[in-house]
Amino acid sequence: MRAWAIVPSPRLELDSLSKRYGDVVALDECSFDVGAGELFGFVGSNGAGKTTAMRIVLGVLEADAGHVRWDGAAITESTRRRIGYMPEERGLYPRMKVGEQLVYLARLHGLSPAAAAKSVDAWTERLGVAARRDDDVQKLSLGNQQRVQLAAALIHDPEILVLDEPFSGLDPVAVDVMSEVLRERCDAGAPVVFSSHQLDLVERLCDRVGIVRDGAMVAVGAVDELRTGKTERLIIDAPQAPDGWADGLHGIVNSARRNGATMLEIDSTADDQQVLQAALSTGPVHRFARERPSLTELFRHAVSAEQPS
Amino acid sequence: MTNAERPHRSLDALGVVALVARRELLTRLRSKVFLITTGIAALLVVAASLLATLISTDEGTDATIGVPAGAPTLPDQIAAVGASLGLNLDTEEVAGIEDGRAGVRDGDLDAFVMPDGERLSVIVESDLDPELESAFNVLAASTVLDREITDLGGDPAAVNRAISQAAVNLETLEDPRFDVERLILGMIAGILIYGSLLMHGQALAQGVVEEKSSRVIELLLSTIRPWQLMAGKVLGIGTLGLIQIAVIAGAGVISAVATDALTISFGSIAGTAAWLIVWYIVGFFGYALVLAAVSALVSRQEDINAVLTPVLMLIISGFVIGISVLPSDPDSAVIRVMSLIPTFAPMLMPMRLAIGGVPAWEALLALGLALAMIPLLIWVSGRVYRNAIMRTGSRMKLRDAFRAAS
Repeated sequence: MRAWAIVPSPRLELDSLSKRYGDVVALDECSFDVGAGELFGFVGSNGAGKTTAMRIVLGVLEADAGHVRWDGAAITESTRRRIGYMPEERGLYPRMKVGEQLVYLARLHGLSPAAAAKSVDAWTERLGVAARRDDDVQKLSLGNQQRVQLAAALIHDPEILVLDEPFSGLDPVAVDVMSEVLRERCDAGAPVVFSSHQLDLVERLCDRVGIVRDGAMVAVGAVDELRTGKTERLIIDAPQAPDGWADGLHGIVNSARRNGATMLEIDSTADDQQVLQAALSTGPVHRFARERPSLTELFRHAVSAEQPS
Repeated sequence: MTNAERPHRSLDALGVVALVARRELLTRLRSKVFLITTGIAALLVVAASLLATLISTDEGTDATIGVPAGAPTLPDQIAAVGASLGLNLDTEEVAGIEDGRAGVRDGDLDAFVMPDGERLSVIVESDLDPELESAFNVLAASTVLDREITDLGGDPAAVNRAISQAAVNLETLEDPRFDVERLILGMIAGILIYGSLLMHGQALAQGVVEEKSSRVIELLLSTIRPWQLMAGKVLGIGTLGLIQIAVIAGAGVISAVATDALTISFGSIAGTAAWLIVWYIVGFFGYALVLAAVSALVSRQEDINAVLTPVLMLIISGFVIGISVLPSDPDSAVIRVMSLIPTFAPMLMPMRLAIGGVPAWEALLALGLALAMIPLLIWVSGRVYRNAIMRTGSRMKLRDAFRAAS
């Protein structure tokens, strides 16, 4: 199963985490792991358990059952101090200056005063809020507060990043900065876990994704792996082709006509070259494209399929 | 594994508490409200001791009385009569009645007195102060008496000397237990500790709720434990209050000593200040633990009063009962009993100790009982705080917070 575990690098493991609130099951034996230098996207509907899982990793919540391990050992307080965390519910002291607040948070993570000050300078510069260091957080725009929040997660040069919806509420420029930072931390060897509803972003950024439904993981793997065995699509723009021109070709699961173009859902037995020849035989072909299912489609499929009662 | 040798990862549990306490202390120490209230309170205490100097001093003049030239014995008589009535009367010689009138009109003189045959003539601006009136009546009577003594061949000066030496022999069976100055000292001690507990207790509660309502709590608790946060807040704000009360009490002690305002000894003033600080520490620590726990039950500043009121009522009622009963009945049995109960002791015991007459066993028993409560409060409050601090939404019941599995 774990083809990616050949290189012995430390992994962040969530092992069979369960948590219930009264009768509500928030997590049901949820398991996944993230290797050092890996970007892991954590997706699921609202209330599926993403936030609960992340809170358990950070020790903000205690699991009813299950374990969180880093590099094979149970997570301790000193490990947690090396995690960079961005909670879903953003929060900073509203009446504290940006710079002082970041220094304080850095020192709570164990940085010396000098190291904290240096790191605050570097990150506020990088995230474009250096000019606001002496302003109270509450005076900043929401977008800038988000940047400070990200700085708070990164200020102590974390070895592990756990970010709950880091992209929500960011403008496009900040989204780019955030993506860049995540990639960079990941390249520096940190395991990075983040949750998001922006699935195109997750698909573009992540090495692997995990889809959670009702507190349990329903799919984990690289997006390409998740596509295996799923239907793909061919889009053919052949204006002179009659309706039903592709019927009878091998491996066609479904066919539909949209804006003059034909959309064919095919399974793995289909031969796209045979389809192209069939299309050309009807006249000119302006466009012939193979489309793989997007993460959004995979997600819809994963969260709607075989719903247990 | 490239990160394993980072230099900055050593931070023990107490180091975290110290960091939290430092933040609480520094952010509040710079607040204008804190600086202003401390300044005003210190000024008030200094002003009170200056006022005491003015009132208790013997050197001031109660009234200046004009006398005509050519009445050589009158100034001495006026001074003697004044002294016998506890008044400090100054005399000023003026040329004649017209100058006397002018002096009274200008306000230089409080009255002008002139012998007028058998009687004394007195000129005042509009009405005669009752104390001065009785002084003048005594003066008129003694003028008549002197003349009669002279007429009978006696020596008025010798008679007056004999009269002034005739005094009652006073024998006290007990030393006076409560003097006014110590009562005032007690009231000041009570007001200081009450104001400080109320102000810093509420500041602590608001700080706890601010962390919940701003949601910064989750970021904090991803790094530090709830008990470290709670302990740091209590220690930080407690230290702030201690600095404040030390500044105010220090200003009071210094100004009282410098102006010689009080007749009671430096030892008892310093003793009062020391007890005040001991009781502030014990009282704040106890109440802060409770206030931190109950304020963790709510998530919004608007809801805070509902949970704080019952606790604050204990502080307020202890103080109000003390300040209304002690001045008239410093030895009240009710206060003696209440001042032993840990909930009221922090307000009442320092007041009683300042007033004096507290048996050592009572002082130590009250302190011992209050200290014995602290471990229990740490356990209960720590548990409630830990269980409630991450719950957002509506107010949590105290019982649920205590019971909730952690």
